Amino acid sequence: MTSIGTGYDLSNSIFSPDGRNFQVEYASKAVENAGTSLGIRTKDGIVLATEKIITSKLLVPNKNKRIQTIDRHVGVVYSGLIPDGRHFVNRGRDEAESFRSLYKEPIGIPGLLDRLGYYVQAYTCYNSVRPFGINAIVGGIDDDGPHLYMVEPSGVYWGYYAAAAGKGRQTAKAELEKLDLTTISTRDAVKEAARIIYLAHEDNKDKEFELELTWISKEETNGLHKFVPKDLLEEAIKYAEEEGDDDGSSDSSSDEEMDD
Amino acid sequence: MNHNPFHWGRPSDSTYGPYNQQIAHASNVNPMARQQQQSDFPTMHTQRPMMTGTSVLAIKYQDGIVIAADNMGSYGSLMKLDNVERLLKVGQDTIVGISGDLSDLQAIQRILNDLEIDESYDAGDDEDALAAGLKANHVHEYLTRIMYNRRSKMDPLWNACIVAGFDDEGKSFLKYVDLLGVAFASPTLATGFGAHLAIPLLRQRVDSEADVKKLTKADAIQLIKDCMKVLFYRDARSLDKYSMAVLSESDQKVEFHKDVKVEDMKWAFAKGIKGYGMPQL
Repeated sequence: MTSIGTGYDLSNSIFSPDGRNFQVEYASKAVENAGTSLGIRTKDGIVLATEKIITSKLLVPNKNKRIQTIDRHVGVVYSGLIPDGRHFVNRGRDEAESFRSLYKEPIGIPGLLDRLGYYVQAYTCYNSVRPFGINAIVGGIDDDGPHLYMVEPSGVYWGYYAAAAGKGRQTAKAELEKLDLTTISTRDAVKEAARIIYLAHEDNKDKEFELELTWISKEETNGLHKFVPKDLLEEAIKYAEEEGDDDGSSDSSSDEEMDD
Repeated sequence: MNHNPFHWGRPSDSTYGPYNQQIAHASNVNPMARQQQQSDFPTMHTQRPMMTGTSVLAIKYQDGIVIAADNMGSYGSLMKLDNVERLLKVGQDTIVGISGDLSDLQAIQRILNDLEIDESYDAGDDEDALAAGLKANHVHEYLTRIMYNRRSKMDPLWNACIVAGFDDEGKSFLKYVDLLGVAFASPTLATGFGAHLAIPLLRQRVDSEADVKKLTKADAIQLIKDCMKVLFYRDARSLDKYSMAVLSESDQKVEFHKDVKVEDMKWAFAKGIKGYGMPQL
């Protein structure tokens, strides 16, 4: 970053001479060091997972949920600044509610993401605000089937087969690419998501973490966003631990920052 | 006396100033827009229901509640629809039975749907926790506030509702609320025509909370079925097809029966009735 210290990184809405908005790039840095999150789009649903770093032993286990619901059929997981994520989710809920009150039907996922993407982008345009310090992975089912998107601090939002954010994203992305995402069932994807989160945690081993897993599926949850049942969660964790023992850290030597 | 206020005459403009035309031109356009331009359309409130649903019946029995409402949607005396579902499920185990205006029923349905979504946002990790914390007593209190608020605006939701479910402690909960915001509890409840025809029949079996303990589930279902039959005989706005929900306290479950038919009717007496409708042969 050659322009650091030249003053172009102090304010939103000011380009540097080489055409960059440093505040947005710094916001992405906040995401890069946060716990890993991922989302998978399966043939009939969505799986969301996150590595929730336990910052204190005094926190109550299995509370303080990090994966949230925007509407019955839409879930979100994010890596980065948690309060920013909460605000993003609240905005999503408002959008979904206002759509429902106008049109008397649930909001479509691409339409929701159009609104959320514009909202996040607006926070890169004014020097009175700062960008969102999160990468949010939003998944849901509508009439056209399952959709998975990731929204970045710049406001850009792409649709994905699978997306990962946070510290372990490179490991996670390498693993996600190996899956056959056009045919995978939601139930299998839950187990793979658990495995990948455990694998991505290898680089961050000194910290305790909790795995959070949610899913949306026509078959399994009737199209509703729900936490996976306890027995399936346990099964997934068992699978993740066994797989982790089998191949050790064979894939964790992934190439750094190849896509940036 | 002539009750038309426009015929009462006016105090003279010279004494009291000109008449405030906004009073007669009050509008249903929102107040901000109204300040800028005068609407040529007067404020409109529901004066009477248009499409309606008839009675809802409910009774407590020793292990829960039975509630029923037929599927008729009437337009005045025209039987317009025969597939209206007037028992709404809210959250896990609450049934709201609604009679009265059907467009207002749909408004209530949307309000309760929003409430349900709101309450499920952070339901936690219980995978079945669709608004698990939202119990019948909360739904009823919420509905009471909505109904009273709307009647205070002189624009009521033209309904009478019966809320059946379980409270925070898992006990059976049965309470009424109507378009005025009037709310009360009773072991037997009915709205509309049912309040005249079915309540006496229901009270023959359950007159007080003490009698609730004596009524079995099967008897309660039979009693509600009999009352629905009497209502179909006597209430010209009713239908012989209805929905019935049976709530049981011991397992906190709700059985929902759709398209229940009125059975064992005897219409022989009808032949003797003369002087109504089409000429009899």
